[in-house]
Amino acid sequence: MGMTMTQKILARHAGLDWVVPGQLVEGKLDLVLGNDITTPVAIAEFNKAGLTQVFDREKIALVLDHYTPCKDIKAAQLCAAVREFAKKFSITHFYDVGCMGVEHALLPEQGLTAPGECMIGADSHTCTYGAVNMFSTGVGSTDMAAGMATGLAWFRIPAAIKVTLKGKLQPYVSGKDVILHLIGTIGVDGALYKSLEFAGQGVSALSMDDRFTIANMAIEAGAKNGIFPVDDKTRSYLEGRVSRAWEAVEPDPDAEYEREVVIDLDRLEPTVALPHLPSNTRAVGQAAGVHIDQVVIGSCTNGRLDDLRQAAAVLKDRKVASGVRCIVIPATQQITLKAMEEGLIQTFIEAGCAVSTPTCGPCLGGHMGVLSDGERAISTTNRNFVGRMGPVSSEIILANPAVAAASAVAGCVADPRKL
Amino acid sequence: MKVYKYGSNVDTDVIIPARYLNAPDEKSLASHCMEDIDADFAGTVEPGDIVVAGANFGCGSSREHAPLALKACGVKCVIAPSFARIFYRNAINIGFPIMECAQAAEEIQAGDKVSVDFATGVIADETSGKTYQAAPFPAFVSGIIDSGGLLKSLKARGAAK
Repeated sequence: MGMTMTQKILARHAGLDWVVPGQLVEGKLDLVLGNDITTPVAIAEFNKAGLTQVFDREKIALVLDHYTPCKDIKAAQLCAAVREFAKKFSITHFYDVGCMGVEHALLPEQGLTAPGECMIGADSHTCTYGAVNMFSTGVGSTDMAAGMATGLAWFRIPAAIKVTLKGKLQPYVSGKDVILHLIGTIGVDGALYKSLEFAGQGVSALSMDDRFTIANMAIEAGAKNGIFPVDDKTRSYLEGRVSRAWEAVEPDPDAEYEREVVIDLDRLEPTVALPHLPSNTRAVGQAAGVHIDQVVIGSCTNGRLDDLRQAAAVLKDRKVASGVRCIVIPATQQITLKAMEEGLIQTFIEAGCAVSTPTCGPCLGGHMGVLSDGERAISTTNRNFVGRMGPVSSEIILANPAVAAASAVAGCVADPRKL
Repeated sequence: MKVYKYGSNVDTDVIIPARYLNAPDEKSLASHCMEDIDADFAGTVEPGDIVVAGANFGCGSSREHAPLALKACGVKCVIAPSFARIFYRNAINIGFPIMECAQAAEEIQAGDKVSVDFATGVIADETSGKTYQAAPFPAFVSGIIDSGGLLKSLKARGAAK
């Protein structure tokens, strides 16, 4: 029996020719990531264990993105601890306010992620980099501390679900709808402990930004990771970003999958996930008219240039409805600059949106758009759990950027095709 | 010790809401633990109490603050049919016991007095008189737990300096 893409990468990094699902291996890491919430806990563990060395200062990325620019004194103290650690160990890839972005948009942009490589990140959405054929998975702070010290992490080789994509996405339908549809189909623990291996002719029709969005939310199906094969679009994306040599992986023809899910992209509708689970999905039409108080367009899921373009296309020459607050957060400084060049930022501001510097902010109820009692947001973020963006009585509806923008204009959940 | 019982997909946002992650000290985490799913939890939980829940416990964010908060409350262990994988790793890595047992998770009721034996994996519900067998950890994972957590196990074999 052959191996999947994920199994091949883990085997390679464990120095093994062969691995099977369930096997526990120790893998060498090409990168270890942390942010301003998880890194301080990792630093505390690192220090408590009496560790004094990092395995490779060039293979650690620290991104201050969650509560930044710092929302309060405590958040500032957390950032200060990370800053001090980065300085002490001369960490090459330390991103502070001014050059930081939302980590999972920033790292690929900076060329830190490449096909066939293996990384862990103390952030659950670290699975994003499967879009460039990398094995990447979220871990906690102790794993991060151990990874920084040793360059190693333990992994249970995951079984796999094959997700075969057919056809091509229709206008106003994007990668977000693909992943929401998948989560709605298999459930929030449908891929628990497993990898999602994307395949099929439909992959080539997806933009890189769509693939990042899809891989990003693999965790919302419980998956260890989600991974795409490399094609011309991947190679083109990597050109000028990644200068080191990389070796992509393809699945063996006889790789074993526990199940296969086929998604016909042509037939996908703009999809929303209603409160309070990402699996609670509906075609947007079924939720149309539901009142909203706030719109968030951004995050590691949907804060990339394509996302902003889709939102701006809807908001162009239109106004955000009275009584609705629309917050747009380009995920990185480069994305912000490009959005300015293309006139997207002007479109947003003329429509009555607030445009922010990069931050994870509202996605986790941190800052820059926290909800009040009983309020409801439609958001391009990734989780609609109870209390995620505000008090327990607040609600989140997850959607793609075009649906979020259309809803901002309509003042209620709206289908961009019918605006 | 007494049992707190919750449903499926208890996410880390309700175990410890993000608004409290700016203060990751144990005392603060413990005082807000489970606040968004059970406002009475932090005020009534006692050392040795047990949390029993449905499938996919600890889904969502990778925040290690979640098992740290439960541990800081004195929770002895969590029993569930399955755990979200990052929570599972985090619990093992910090030495916080979790037990996978679908039948126990379904049958044990809130308020029951339950005792657990981590060495054998036996869960005993003293209220109902029933006993259950949790799935054993793989030897590799047991090794981490026995060493007192991941970093101690790495130091013990000289992999971390």
